[in-house]
Amino acid sequence: MRIKAKLKGDTATVKLLIKHPMESGRRKDEAGKLIPAKYVQTVTGHIAGTQVFEVNTGPGVSKNPFIQVILNGRKAGETIDFKWVDSSGASEDGSATLK
Amino acid sequence: MSLTRRSMLKRIIAGSAIALVPFGAFANWAEAAFKADSFKGVLAEIGSEGAVESDKIKLKAPEIAENGAVVPVQVSSTLENIESISILVEKNPTPLTAQFKMFPGLKPDFKIRVRMGETSKVIAIVKAGGKSYSTSSEVKVTIGGCGG
Repeated sequence: MRIKAKLKGDTATVKLLIKHPMESGRRKDEAGKLIPAKYVQTVTGHIAGTQVFEVNTGPGVSKNPFIQVILNGRKAGETIDFKWVDSSGASEDGSATLK
Repeated sequence: MSLTRRSMLKRIIAGSAIALVPFGAFANWAEAAFKADSFKGVLAEIGSEGAVESDKIKLKAPEIAENGAVVPVQVSSTLENIESISILVEKNPTPLTAQFKMFPGLKPDFKIRVRMGETSKVIAIVKAGGKSYSTSSEVKVTIGGCGG
């Protein structure tokens, strides 16, 4: 995933771009067969082990999900750790330093 | 150390507790709400049937979306004691699209891109202080983003 974190004063604006097909289970392949559902269900964010963000998602989120989150009371040098988990159990971790 | 029945049981319990940890990530995902196939069904599942319209929620979505596959939505709120913010697309096969949970320091102001199969209302539901509030916005879709 790609994470852009911009700190202005003590407000961090974090943009997340997750590479994921977000298959809804309703789409058909070229042979007309249904492509099984596989979509991101949870995205969580932690700073120094403390949870600061969570979104639960369904198949209605666009392919390659984009999410923007704003965090108050942050400091330069802090690292935000994100993790997504999809409906198949696959997951990915990513982090960014606030600056 | 001898393995008495009690110590054995303790070990089994400890072992299964560790085995359960990976499922923690899914524990919060509201399966019934995300799989509900009607707008009313979602409202019932998330306990927001009596949501009151509020001007303290701002929902920004385009009036016309040329491509229903990628519709940018921004939701923010000035309500106090927010617990969660949900985004629903009324006419999608499964209307509940995203559910943001709140944490200290997290600003109730999110952007996300959603899919829309057809022209529909997009609804934001904010749970705050044990009550539900909502606002909605109609998005006209010229090319649908669901299905084949």
